[in-house]
Amino acid sequence: MSPWVLRGLREGVVTTRWPSRPDAYAESWQGPAAILDPRPDVAPDLAALCPTGAIGSTADGSVRLDQGQCIQCGRCVAERPDVFGWSRGPGNAALSRDGLVVPQLPETEPGLAAARAALRARTAMLRRSVHLRHVDAGSDGSEEQEILALLNPVYDVHRLGIFVTASPRHADMLLVTGAGAHGMAEPLRRTYEGMPSPKVVIAVGTDACGGGLLAGSYATSSGVGAVIPVDVWLPGSPPPPFSILHALLLALGRLADGSDR
Amino acid sequence: MSPAATGASASPIRVMGSVPELWQAVAGAVAGLAAGPGAGGRRFAGLIATQRPEGVLLSAYLAGPGGILTCEAAVQPGDGWYPALTPLVGAASWYEREIHDLFGVVPAGHPRLEPLILPLGGEGGGEVRPRPGRPGPPPAGIWPDEHSLPRHVMGAGLFTIPHGPVRSGVLESVEYLVETPGEDIPHLNLRVFYKHRGVEKRFEGRPAADGVLLAERTEGVASVAHALAYCHALERIADVAVPWPAALVRVLHAELERLASHLDVAVRLADAAGLAVATARFGVHKERVMRLVGRMCGSRFGRGVVIPGGVSARPEVSGRDLLAEVGRLERAISGDARELMGTSSFLDRLRRTGQLRPERAREHGALGPVGKGSGFRDDARLARPYDAYPALGLGEPGPGPGPHEDGDAQARLRVRWDEVRQSFHLIRQAAGELAEAGAGLLRVDCPAADGRALGWAEAPQGEVLYDVRVAGGRVTRCAIRSASFHNLALFHEVFAGDILTDFPFIEASFGLSMAGVAR
Repeated sequence: MSPWVLRGLREGVVTTRWPSRPDAYAESWQGPAAILDPRPDVAPDLAALCPTGAIGSTADGSVRLDQGQCIQCGRCVAERPDVFGWSRGPGNAALSRDGLVVPQLPETEPGLAAARAALRARTAMLRRSVHLRHVDAGSDGSEEQEILALLNPVYDVHRLGIFVTASPRHADMLLVTGAGAHGMAEPLRRTYEGMPSPKVVIAVGTDACGGGLLAGSYATSSGVGAVIPVDVWLPGSPPPPFSILHALLLALGRLADGSDR
Repeated sequence: MSPAATGASASPIRVMGSVPELWQAVAGAVAGLAAGPGAGGRRFAGLIATQRPEGVLLSAYLAGPGGILTCEAAVQPGDGWYPALTPLVGAASWYEREIHDLFGVVPAGHPRLEPLILPLGGEGGGEVRPRPGRPGPPPAGIWPDEHSLPRHVMGAGLFTIPHGPVRSGVLESVEYLVETPGEDIPHLNLRVFYKHRGVEKRFEGRPAADGVLLAERTEGVASVAHALAYCHALERIADVAVPWPAALVRVLHAELERLASHLDVAVRLADAAGLAVATARFGVHKERVMRLVGRMCGSRFGRGVVIPGGVSARPEVSGRDLLAEVGRLERAISGDARELMGTSSFLDRLRRTGQLRPERAREHGALGPVGKGSGFRDDARLARPYDAYPALGLGEPGPGPGPHEDGDAQARLRVRWDEVRQSFHLIRQAAGELAEAGAGLLRVDCPAADGRALGWAEAPQGEVLYDVRVAGGRVTRCAIRSASFHNLALFHEVFAGDILTDFPFIEASFGLSMAGVAR
């Protein structure tokens, strides 16, 4: 017998059973920054804490944070631990770009329900055979590694009927990474158009959501939303495999209700 | 143990009167290297340009033991051209093409001046060029013009297979144009401009301390190395040495990054050979390394650890837990690596695949595992040490099978396994020293003083080089030379006698990141 077969059996099953069973690593993940106290007593220029301009305020003066611009540098958390903290767990994705702005406004709730229903209707027929195509639109190379990690035995997305495909013609979902480099705009558009309907687009990573530190560069579109329509927005610099998996299941409507936004 | 001496290695600057004089100095140093050790030669480490009010300034880097020498000269104001270096030093070819893209100055006599990272139409491109170093914002949006790329002439029966820019798999965007009569690969063209992001220009105007965030995101798979190179430059400007515990934490993260990257290469090679179990095993090992890094600092890529003047925090994993986990990893990885290097169906695909001749590696100054696999070793950790490396044992970590200098994909993988053993050796030492050092200072103040300096670090792909200028607390120019950029220029040369099915092996064995190339 090949020695590799024995090696393969050596450690038993290493695969997570998430989402049907909880996974400690998934739940402990330190996601984008979040707001603990939207109305701090002393708030001198909180916006200046953020190198990507993710921190702002509403008309009534409460603090808002756009996770779609958060690169998880942790400056706000270090400087003002009374106002900012980390979000926990893999549920970092949103069904609209505005949904990444925390704390959520109550009036987004009806819109969210509609978006969820519309997406579910589109993905209902995909069931348990979902094929992914990935396009790098100017990433730093880390997002690709985290997407690829989904294929290793720890995550093994094949168990969920999710596969990576080479051809856009066979793809149901498009994972797009990177800040929307101008050179990739046309190849990205062509890949999107080459996919059959229904199709779902997931912007993977803060760069893809809003450009991150490369927003405003002469060579990027400050996110891929300017190039093709995006259905699911997943911040993170980069988002870990569990967050990417969460975003995929969110798009497929295969998560328990209440774990999306 | 003595405190780390970041400033031990030097980076002097020599200003030349004219460009031809500059090229003479560069060509002389590179020729000395070809003559062999002892001839006082220096490795050509890169060529960048900076826009100044009076014109374009060219800076060439020459790496030697103990430091990197910068030689520079200004292009005659108003000329818009200079005599090319490439006819004298072939390794300058991609650098001069990039300078032409970004600044519009023409290297006269360049044998193949095609667009590289930013194809633009029109002669010179006028004011459209981004011109890094020029104060003020660049043009709002610059769009590459694919029509400015040449179409290659093809002979009878030859056809071109374009791989990319959207690849078959989860890979970074790049286009390989394989010109083939059927199965052989007599010629290969690379188009890397697709994911040019204008990173260098984004550094400009940013507070010096914020630049490290961008450095970490320039080449994500070498986040720590880029952060180190950038911070070394700032620390050299401010003339500060990082505290000993911080130097140790830096080594820990740099070596864990190397482990993850080399394991990724193993995954890709095993996958290309169709070894399902090996692919799965190395995938699990890599995941464990990344989880360990994540537990230590909150980021699976070691981001946020390295800051100017030191590190942000001690690892959130105790020394004992770290050593226990590293011990487990080492046992598992070394066993699987031994098995892999004894699997003949795998080695058959690597042997004599993608051969880089030793004289070409030396001439070009090939970096990292690509250089080492062809017998050219210039490891910055050894030759120009920084942080805690001078005090840690970087030598042979134990009995090894000796140098691997066949120049093929197999040699490059063997070099990586040697580096993996060395990384484990360094991690154990650094973790032990860190426990001994106790709760010492983790950072010193690194004022953003005006000035300019080089910084370097040995990334998993090879040496990363940053040339940083600071004025008024803000970055005014940050030139980045990644190992990926320097090594990728050699990629198209190694296909002699190889066929299409060898391609994934050769690509994986180079182990480069396009993010670091196109920037």
